[in-house]
Amino acid sequence: MQEPSPMNDPAPRPAALSQPLPRWGDGIFKWLTLAFALSIFGLLFLIGYELVQGARPTLAKFGWHFLVSTDWDPVNDVYGALTFIYGTVVSSAIALVIAVPISIGTAVYLTELAPQWLRQPLTMFIELLAAVPSVILGLWGIFVMVPFCRDHFFHFLHERLGFLPLFKGPVYGVSMLAGGMIVAIMIIPIITSVSREILRSVPGLQREAAYALGATRWEVTTIAVLGQARKGLFGAVILGLGRALGETMAVTMVIGNTPQIAKSLLAPGYTLASVIANEFNEATGTLYPSALFAIGLVLLGITLLVNILAQGLLRTLSGPATNPRH
Amino acid sequence: MIEIKPERFLALLGFCFFAAWHLGAQTLINGAGSTFDYPAFTKWFEIYRGVDSNVSFNYQSIGSGAGQKLLLNQTVDFGASDAPMSVETMSTAPAPIIQLPIVAGGVAIIYNLPGDPRLKLDGPTLAAIFLGEITSWNDPKIAALNPGLNLPDVSIIPIHRADGSGTSYIFTDYLSTISPEWKQTVGKGSSVHWPSGIGLAAKGSEGVAGQVKQLPGGIAYAELAYADQSKIPFASIQNPSGQYVLPSPASVSAALATAAIPDDFRFSIVNSPGREAYPISGASWVLVYKAARNPGSGTPLASFLKWAITRGQTNCASLDYAPLPETVQQREIKILDTVN
Repeated sequence: MQEPSPMNDPAPRPAALSQPLPRWGDGIFKWLTLAFALSIFGLLFLIGYELVQGARPTLAKFGWHFLVSTDWDPVNDVYGALTFIYGTVVSSAIALVIAVPISIGTAVYLTELAPQWLRQPLTMFIELLAAVPSVILGLWGIFVMVPFCRDHFFHFLHERLGFLPLFKGPVYGVSMLAGGMIVAIMIIPIITSVSREILRSVPGLQREAAYALGATRWEVTTIAVLGQARKGLFGAVILGLGRALGETMAVTMVIGNTPQIAKSLLAPGYTLASVIANEFNEATGTLYPSALFAIGLVLLGITLLVNILAQGLLRTLSGPATNPRH
Repeated sequence: MIEIKPERFLALLGFCFFAAWHLGAQTLINGAGSTFDYPAFTKWFEIYRGVDSNVSFNYQSIGSGAGQKLLLNQTVDFGASDAPMSVETMSTAPAPIIQLPIVAGGVAIIYNLPGDPRLKLDGPTLAAIFLGEITSWNDPKIAALNPGLNLPDVSIIPIHRADGSGTSYIFTDYLSTISPEWKQTVGKGSSVHWPSGIGLAAKGSEGVAGQVKQLPGGIAYAELAYADQSKIPFASIQNPSGQYVLPSPASVSAALATAAIPDDFRFSIVNSPGREAYPISGASWVLVYKAARNPGSGTPLASFLKWAITRGQTNCASLDYAPLPETVQQREIKILDTVN
């Protein structure tokens, strides 16, 4: 049997379309998406609730003292988080100091200066770097980066700048500095790719106007582009910082895992995330696991605090919010 | 749309039912705990399939502490732990638990010195090194134990495990037995408060071995199998009979054979008195409910464990575990006869 061609035989419009349908779909869609959005709050609340529940015995026993004590002794059940807080903050700070200039420089080069044929491959490589799993980066850190830096870089720092407390003491290789360096490698891709998006969203007119006023390339880049994108770039750095604070596996492998507050960057340290990863499996009793829950709570608190401070700072910066990913 | 003929569909459905029924006939036994035991269990499960194909096993190597916890929560049928479950923890269990040593192993003292000399050490010296009291390899105390060795003026870098581990438990158990000062200031446990400002910590046996390989002057402890495979030199340790003994399955078995083992199997074999005994040895325990919480799993589990502590012991010697001595095996069989 031959099917009738729609061309020769224009069928009447289906009755269903011409009559107004009850608009269930829109309503369902609205409520469904609302439920999804609310589930984010639910998740955050649940995580916080579970952490507080788990940490309760520790909080009850040590109270605020937990935050300022440097003791960590599972044998005698005495716990304090200060050495880990210090390690997390310092390693993240080192990471930012290294990663921010490199990332923003790369982003500026990619959007303003690089020849067209180079942009795509470079961008691809940066995104590839982001795809390297943390544990692989950690293994590379322990077997390649740390020995190399110890022999060619850390020893040099120790000999030439050893008079500064920052570079005193024996050089093991694994250290706070190595931890910061590995985190820097991990956050460079995210800061770079977000910064690149932001710089690309600066209108071309802005650049042309600056050139028209006789600005040099340097002036165009710093004033017209970076000045305009300031707020968004700050957001990119905060995204990177958020990742740096929570980074676990790679840091654990190169930081030396020693709970101490050492002035020297070449001395081993310890971070909040690392101590949870290292010790949770074998934590027995009630107080010990709960102390690790409390460490998790502190980490969550620091991350929230950083984000809130960042939001506050962001408000004080002028310029449009050109952060496409947020 | 792919057409499925009705008879084919029925055949497929029948096959699915058959497969489900067949799987249902199998007893699945779940276990969790020590990572130290994991290679042994994996090997046993594979061989045991030939002994009793109706039982299948699932073992999660999530650490001794977690293994104990999951057994107490009745999530798993058996737990495995590198330290015996304490009387205190056992009192929180919903039903009586028995624990039996299932494998034993040695902890090797590995080091990195130029020329890979064969080092001899004793307990007090080892404790002093990890307490930071001996800081250089040419210290007279080390030299006195190693006449004839020309030890260099290199700083000692003690390296320990960063993650909680049974290996740390055995090592600190040994140091606590040997040195009153260690017992006072550090104590024993799967993670302890290591003397601050001394050396560094690495994650996992592979991390520790990697650090020792890279750091001249480094010294650490690791399971024998790890030291063997990584080709790192390890020290012979003086035992209470005054002999210097290298870790090996035989010397760990000797430690088990001469240790005093009580009826509740809560024991430690460090510093065991036998002439051939390696002093830094430890056992690993398997924990089960006396009356299985999961109906039907008790008898097959007990049969498997009986097999593992007798026939199974020879299968795991190639993995550098020390076989349990015959006397211990017999005592454990008697207890397993009461499990159902």
